[in-house]
Amino acid sequence: MSHLNHFEIFLLFSIVKILIVLVITLLGVAYTVLLERKVLGRLQNRWGPSRVGPFGILQPLVDGLKLFLKEDMMPLAVERPLFILAPIIALGCALISIAVVPFGATTIVDGVDLFQIANLNIGLLVILGVTSIGVYGIALSGWSSNNKYSLFGSLRATAQMISYELALGLSLVGVVLRAGSLSLRDIVASQSAHGALSWNIFGGYQFIAFFIYLMAAYAETNRTPFDLAEAESELVAGYHTEYSSMKFAMFFMAEYANMITVACVATLLFFGGASSPFGHTFDHAAPGLLLTGLISIFWFVAKVFAFLLLYIWVRGTLPRFRYDQLMGFGWKFLLPVAMVNVLATALALSYHS
Amino acid sequence: MEIALFIIFGLLAVAGALNLLFQRHPINSALSLVVVMMSLAVLYWSLGAEFLAAAQVIVYAGAIMVLFVFVVMLLNAGEEDRTHGSRIAYIAGIPGAAAIFCLLSFVFLSERSHLGSTQIGGYLTSAVSNISEVSHALFTSLLLPFEVTSILILVAILGAVVLARKEL
Amino acid sequence: MVPIAYYLILAAILFSIGIAAFLIKRNVITIFMSIELMLNAVNLTFVAFSHMWHQVSGQIFVFFVMVVAAAEASVGLAIIIALFRVRQTLDVDQINLLKH
Repeated sequence: MSHLNHFEIFLLFSIVKILIVLVITLLGVAYTVLLERKVLGRLQNRWGPSRVGPFGILQPLVDGLKLFLKEDMMPLAVERPLFILAPIIALGCALISIAVVPFGATTIVDGVDLFQIANLNIGLLVILGVTSIGVYGIALSGWSSNNKYSLFGSLRATAQMISYELALGLSLVGVVLRAGSLSLRDIVASQSAHGALSWNIFGGYQFIAFFIYLMAAYAETNRTPFDLAEAESELVAGYHTEYSSMKFAMFFMAEYANMITVACVATLLFFGGASSPFGHTFDHAAPGLLLTGLISIFWFVAKVFAFLLLYIWVRGTLPRFRYDQLMGFGWKFLLPVAMVNVLATALALSYHS
Repeated sequence: MEIALFIIFGLLAVAGALNLLFQRHPINSALSLVVVMMSLAVLYWSLGAEFLAAAQVIVYAGAIMVLFVFVVMLLNAGEEDRTHGSRIAYIAGIPGAAAIFCLLSFVFLSERSHLGSTQIGGYLTSAVSNISEVSHALFTSLLLPFEVTSILILVAILGAVVLARKEL
Repeated sequence: MVPIAYYLILAAILFSIGIAAFLIKRNVITIFMSIELMLNAVNLTFVAFSHMWHQVSGQIFVFFVMVVAAAEASVGLAIIIALFRVRQTLDVDQINLLKH
């Protein structure tokens, strides 16, 4: 590629990276749905989908085909432009935030980092910002549907997401203090020295922050036990009651893409990202730049997968909160604990330095 | 590169602001204001204020405007009607705003040569990044105003709680 | 290379539209939004000047403006909700309590 100049190489690599990451994320979304149905089935002592393909592994494709071929209903009383815009915002924001996630060790070829789309020095803030824009998708979908259940669902979801964003942001401050940077690469690098022992959750004593992050993340993605926005026993289907066909599928994909993003952020911030749990013990055994990169991707995917399993496990285990309990939990328990954690981390860091 | 960014997002901001003016439903106005804020965030970024760009998206677009949309949804506000007051406001408002715009742009254009031009990404004096620069200034020379704003926020929280009670 | 004056003129445009919206709009919430628009326009001038002088203090001023805007929005919206409870309207022409 010597006849291309620097900018052209950068452009080419970026487009290829974006395409690959997009395809893998969407496939990941499809197979997270299958994983959820399988694991939930086993938790409830049944088989889950098992008919399409061996062990039901073609089920997501068939599901997608079904949703694609369904009639796209447009109720008469909806606010048309916003009704169409809402699922686009939801899915778009869910997919954009994956762009700053470094999913492998730094592997630079021709001046381009292979395993990250954009290395920003405010990567963490970008993820927070894009997630907070995603609220509009849910808020607008409920309002534009012109339906009581949708409106209630989206009011609940909006209030819940604004409230838990505070606890989420505060729980990350301890990690940022330890790393001294908001760049996700730097945060991963700050915990890759001694393998699992230097991960923020163990060596960094951030397990309280991790607990708060986990709770807030469940609330941010509207998953059980905080899925009041789509509580089917009270609100039919919550904010997407009036949606059908591909627009419904976009909300569905957005929810699972958000789950994947949250799992990626938890992996990066608390579990050392793409670094190996054994530290540099086996580094001499892996020859070649690309193989090292692939091994780091394997660790990253394994950690994200463990988080997704935890998500599904929680969904299969815990009942739903009541709404006042949810707000009380967020404001009266998570927020003060997160503040105490920030103070304690700051004091410990200033004592050590 | 930078002029392209400026033209695209500047036009987007102006279009959003005009849309806020001409839409009759508060939700549409709120969404066009979100567009203005997002494009301003891009302009901040191109001026080198990375932290402010992120804060603009998180605080303004992601929290304050969500609160506006939330209140509009909660109160189920409908489209506004044209009243006698709005006719007077049209007669007084548009020329007044135009006059202010003419005055401001006259001043800016006449001082144009002294103002210089921008460089994408901004300038860093001593620090490694914009964030460390901002936080260094914030926690050393401007610590007192910073603490005062935290008291302001506390007062605002208390005020909001008192105002939102059932019986007033 | 964009002249700083262009950024300032953009801010002036946004500010005048904010003033016009403040005067023309009849809904309390929209009036409140036009105040936010004016604050944003002023923030843009602050960032532009901070870029021009190679100093970070303008950005910090914008940060404070954001904090104040957040506080103002929370209290203001709480007042609007309380007002709506009493008067059942958001139209400023009908909220003329002192006249009665």
